[in-house]
Amino acid sequence: MTNPSPAEPARLDVESIYVAYNGTPALRDITFQVPHGARVAVIGPNGAGKSTLFRALVGLLPLQKGRVLIHGLTLGHHLDCVAYIPQREEVDWRFPVTVRDVVLMGRYGRLGWLQRPSLSDHMVVRQSLKQMGIVNLADHSIGDLSGGEQQRVFLARALAQEPHILLMDEPFTGVDMTTQAATLDLLDQLRANKVTVMVSTHDLNLAAGRFDAVLLINKRLIAYGTPRQVLVQENLSRAFGPQLMVLPDGTMLVDQCCPPDEGIESYRET
Amino acid sequence: MIYWLLEPLTYSFMQRGLLAAVIVGILCAVMGTYVVLRGMAFLGDAMAHAILPGVAIAYLLHGNLLLGALAAAAVIALSIGFFSRQGTIKEDTAIGILFAAALSLGVALISSIQTYAVDLSHILFGNILGVSLNDLWLTVGLGLVILLAVGLAYKQFLVISFDPVLAATLRLPVELLRNFMLLLLALTVVVSLQTVGVGLAAAMLVTPAATAYLLARRLWSMMVVSALIGAISSAAGLYISYYLNIVSGSAIVLFATLIFLLVFLFNPRKGLLRRRKA
Repeated sequence: MTNPSPAEPARLDVESIYVAYNGTPALRDITFQVPHGARVAVIGPNGAGKSTLFRALVGLLPLQKGRVLIHGLTLGHHLDCVAYIPQREEVDWRFPVTVRDVVLMGRYGRLGWLQRPSLSDHMVVRQSLKQMGIVNLADHSIGDLSGGEQQRVFLARALAQEPHILLMDEPFTGVDMTTQAATLDLLDQLRANKVTVMVSTHDLNLAAGRFDAVLLINKRLIAYGTPRQVLVQENLSRAFGPQLMVLPDGTMLVDQCCPPDEGIESYRET
Repeated sequence: MIYWLLEPLTYSFMQRGLLAAVIVGILCAVMGTYVVLRGMAFLGDAMAHAILPGVAIAYLLHGNLLLGALAAAAVIALSIGFFSRQGTIKEDTAIGILFAAALSLGVALISSIQTYAVDLSHILFGNILGVSLNDLWLTVGLGLVILLAVGLAYKQFLVISFDPVLAATLRLPVELLRNFMLLLLALTVVVSLQTVGVGLAAAMLVTPAATAYLLARRLWSMMVVSALIGAISSAAGLYISYYLNIVSGSAIVLFATLIFLLVFLFNPRKGLLRRRKA
């Protein structure tokens, strides 16, 4: 098993992957490359397969075809270099763990089966808590936190994993301004550390303003490139269909308030 | 008071019984934290009843009851995993089917025994005063194995219980760990057979841990508090059973339930009455 130095930022190659979710095809023939240390926004309508893409990239969903290469090697060679923050944490918030316990879990991937966390692991945890501004909450139960604070705990845990690639699913949805700002600060810091970051978002403004590249998908790859290249009317209407509205002055609006039912969408697909 | 506590211990069967009860109380309480946190209460109950045929067969063959129970528990734990993997049928459905089938088989086997009533009641409700020295050694040995395993797999069990998605991204063998946990649970149930019986083992798995859940804010402290409650309930239950001449298993479970009720009503963190006042 190789263990590349964290100093080397990760290059991510996705080669025509096909992924099914619950038996129905969710992603078809997706190919793209993310260069070292880039920051990519993943956008697309609801049910476009953004979460599915992330789950496939970390190996939570099997690939039907194609392959994912990190540092030029297939998945599984890098046990500890991809961190994933799911959209709604599928965790029991009343579980008896403190903030520190949760962040420490980010170090477990680096520990042997019977190894206990060392002093340096605790230092990394403390540093991660500090970066997310939640040192003072370290000994609180996670159940006692607000939604935004809970998200920052999971961001801190991802930091503690010291990943080369970080995947964040909708970190800007349904959180308070402090957390949104903390998340954006984190993105800047990660850029300084040359960590490759992919973030899915509904916020096209954010995608245009804060990211090097935009990946537009709707089950297939619609467009991939700089925000300027990707966020044009032709691409957006291909991805969003009738949800896209173009005002007379050229402003484009995407209506995502009432997403079509996933079942209907996959029916239409087949 | 001292006399009160010491008098029963002049009998060697009481000494052995007390020791066995306390060990079992601790084991059930520690494994119970996972039962409570992972919502496996039904599984624990099922597991307890499902070992009945193993016990019955061992009894008929004049073998060791604990070993018979152990074999049955392992079969049941693994078959639950087998029937419910890949989501063919839901886990609780698989448990329900196996639970009922095993219980029926157990009762059918036992009903063929001459002294049916006495034996069944011992198996169902335990026979703590009949703990032999061999039983005690086996209990101690299995107990140490279980506690050691829980200690060594602490961080893995914590992650698969709290955040299965992280467990998968860290490439932990989630399925294997889950089966290992089921096996430890089965072992615990088997060990508790002698003291509280299959009928009440589930209560000792759930009640002390549920009480600790109300008090603790970390997994290991929940385990410690739970173990303490389990040990105290076992000892107190045994004394109550001695002086009031009631079945020891019931006394133990009722005492544990009393502690649960007190904590549920009055505890400073989540207590019902405290919250009302606040």
